[in-house]
Amino acid sequence: MKTETPAIDIDRGKGDFFYPEAHVRDAGVGLSEKTIHYIAEVKEDPDWVREYRLRGLKTFLEKPLPTHWASKDLEAIDFDKIRYYLSPGTEPKRSWEEVPDDIKRTFERLGIPEQERKFLAGVEAQFDSEAVYSNIKKAVGEQGVIFVGSREGLKNYPEIFRKWFGKVIPIADNKFSALNSAVFSGGSFIYVPPGVKVKHPLQAYFRINAENFGQFERTLIIADEGSEVTYMEGCTAPKFNTPTLHSAVVELIALKGAKIQYITVQNWASNVFNLVTKRGLAQENAEVKWIDCNIGSRLTMKYPSVIMKGRKARGEVLSIALANDGQHQDTGAKMIHAADETTSNIVSKSISIGKGRATYRGLVHVPKHLKHCKNNTECDALLINATSRTDTYPAITVRGTGNAVQHEASVSQVSAEQIFYMQQRGLSEAQAMSLSVNGFVNDLVRQFPMEYSVELKRLIELEMEGSVG
Amino acid sequence: MSLATHEKQAAPILSGRVELREFPDWFSDQQRAAWKQFQSLPNPTRKDQAWRFANVNLLDLTRFKYGGTLTAEERAAILEQSRGLDDIAGRMIFAGDELIERDVISDQLKKRGVIFQSLERAMVEHTDLFRKHFMSQPAILGSAKFAALHQALVSSGTFLYVPRGVEIELPIEIFHWLNGENASVFPHLLLVTDELAKVTVIEHFRSLEVKSPGFACGVNDLVAGPGAKVTYVCAQNWADNVVALQMNTTTVDHDASAMSLNLNIGSRYSRFESLSRLIGEGGRSDLLAVAVAKHQQEFDARTLQDHISPHTASDLLYKNALDDRARTIFGGLIRVERHAHFADAYQKVRNLLLSDDAEANSMPGLEILADNVRCTHGATSGQIEEDQLFYLRSRGIPTKMAQRLLVTGFLDEVIQRVDHPAIAEHLHGLIEEKFARQVR
Repeated sequence: MKTETPAIDIDRGKGDFFYPEAHVRDAGVGLSEKTIHYIAEVKEDPDWVREYRLRGLKTFLEKPLPTHWASKDLEAIDFDKIRYYLSPGTEPKRSWEEVPDDIKRTFERLGIPEQERKFLAGVEAQFDSEAVYSNIKKAVGEQGVIFVGSREGLKNYPEIFRKWFGKVIPIADNKFSALNSAVFSGGSFIYVPPGVKVKHPLQAYFRINAENFGQFERTLIIADEGSEVTYMEGCTAPKFNTPTLHSAVVELIALKGAKIQYITVQNWASNVFNLVTKRGLAQENAEVKWIDCNIGSRLTMKYPSVIMKGRKARGEVLSIALANDGQHQDTGAKMIHAADETTSNIVSKSISIGKGRATYRGLVHVPKHLKHCKNNTECDALLINATSRTDTYPAITVRGTGNAVQHEASVSQVSAEQIFYMQQRGLSEAQAMSLSVNGFVNDLVRQFPMEYSVELKRLIELEMEGSVG
Repeated sequence: MSLATHEKQAAPILSGRVELREFPDWFSDQQRAAWKQFQSLPNPTRKDQAWRFANVNLLDLTRFKYGGTLTAEERAAILEQSRGLDDIAGRMIFAGDELIERDVISDQLKKRGVIFQSLERAMVEHTDLFRKHFMSQPAILGSAKFAALHQALVSSGTFLYVPRGVEIELPIEIFHWLNGENASVFPHLLLVTDELAKVTVIEHFRSLEVKSPGFACGVNDLVAGPGAKVTYVCAQNWADNVVALQMNTTTVDHDASAMSLNLNIGSRYSRFESLSRLIGEGGRSDLLAVAVAKHQQEFDARTLQDHISPHTASDLLYKNALDDRARTIFGGLIRVERHAHFADAYQKVRNLLLSDDAEANSMPGLEILADNVRCTHGATSGQIEEDQLFYLRSRGIPTKMAQRLLVTGFLDEVIQRVDHPAIAEHLHGLIEEKFARQVR
């Protein structure tokens, strides 16, 4: 049954942005029922999706911004100035020369090859990825795995799609999930048949490359009984002068005994509002694991969650956040225990540099009459500069006996002794600092697939630059 | 007593402010302003972060009235039952916000400048001190509305001033009694210690009738001057139907150390807000609490360890034992302000769940704005270890008794931290009494 699957490197962004389509569609600026109808028409949505969108819009408009607990920075988003839908081809063509220097430098420093740099910058490269995409599709397809864009999923696999769509994250979950429900486009739809273990990770790159554009992708992954799948996403965006909004909804369903691992390396430009709702449902003996790295963006609010609905289900969130000047990484995790013998683990590490602010917000819920549930939460924060800030706001509810929940958090700074020791050995202060920070996150990073851990380490080195002194 | 006591009788507190006593004009003005503020502030909802998980419906104050006049029998009963510690330096007993007895401090302490008197006298005789410290810190942990209510309606309380270098060895004792159906009290303690002073205060909150619903809304201003050592113990044992709010602010100056221990035994809903402000280098604050929650009880603790100055330390340990359908909420925050480097802060909450319907909510929080700090917090929720229970039973101790021993042992770690055997014994007695009540 083992098929040789070549390394998977899918660019899902391509699906949204790169096809040279004849139809140029633009829903214009601002959000109204008209926008929804426009999107529904362009995307040829079935009626139930159109209604779903309209309900999403209604809920979005009704719900206030959650500024009673969240950052007031949310008020800087001008929802009337955002373009909610751009069909492929409308983005301004950009050449490598037009890419801002700081982005270029980042790519160079990352060691990303020229071809890929262009792709990441949103310049051409669509045909290259097209080839890759087809290859992967074929290899995975032989196992019966469905890996398509959400629009295709809705069109070609309506019975699976509709069964699970919006079931883990209801429209009214929060203001931004409602917004996504109203205007979603793009995103992946993955179905893994029973018993199939997808060997190589499925990958997607997300990119925003139009100014004032809001990206609202919707991803739905269903792992049928006993199957396994790993999904990796990377996010980048060129830097624009006006804030940009990314508000995705990701739903994972792990049926009995299935395993889903979802890896994100988020490196949006520092003017992106990244407000994402991610939640997984784990049935009996199933496992949902989120690996979440937040390096970029202006404000990220993201709390990957797992609802452990079946006995012995497991949930895990490993989170790394790095907040530099002008950034607020408001990340965390939610673990909802809804069956006996469910276990969850949260490990969060954050680093605040310069005026950066890293926040951990967590929720652990063990309701009534459950037995032998366990949660372990660890939050460690590292502060680099005197102006750096870190916060921890967990909320833990436990009902009844027979469960064990523990939460621990610590805040510290890089030890001066360590730095001194490394300087003794001939490292510069910056190198020593960078090494120390990498050491701080190392035990988490080690759990990542190779290419991501390398990328992450480089990103951290980059961010650390100039933070000393 | 006065004419006012007749007027206030039985009037609902929400129907309007009653001039309870002849206060100085500036104080009455403040009260009127506070009443306006109380009326203008919205009622808390569960959506407010500061009230998350709290059963805010219990805060309907419409039925609560101003306390009535004491009958001679009630007075006698209260005096008879106002038993706390054996050896004390001074004592005040309030019933329905009326000071009914005062055991004065020794002449020696008086001679050294210790002031121990009622609030209403202090505002006249020691106006400057009073005005400087009385409710000088805004209630920032959620109860601004109720702090305003307290300020508007407070009519008595304790003023204690310990001058420079004076150490009062024995504890000062304060009793606050609720009596009468739906009565309300607004206890206040204004404690100011000067440089290197030392004092221990224990407050007892009690109800005369076990069944009567009531409302208590107290505010304490505790000021630890430079190098001073202040220990504050609260034994909250209101009747089962009482709704109680207590807002304490402790200010810790340089090299001072403050310790507080709140024991929660009684009431239907008791919310305890503790704000500890570390304003001087070398200051240290210990925040301790123990709760024995049973039946429908809900204990709601909100704390803030605010490190304002560098080189400050704080250590919080809250333990809850929960049985039946009881709920506890812990919402605590360590905040290290910008430039408050070398802060050493610790926060730990531990919940021991004894029944399947008990619910423990923990929100241990950190906000760190300085980098050279050591801050940790932890929260655990669990139950009695089977091994420990088995061990005790194998020694011939019946299960019920073994459970009690283990719970007592669990809570005792906190009480021992105060390092005052007489106080520890008294608190143990209250805990034991509560366990015994359940058996009945």
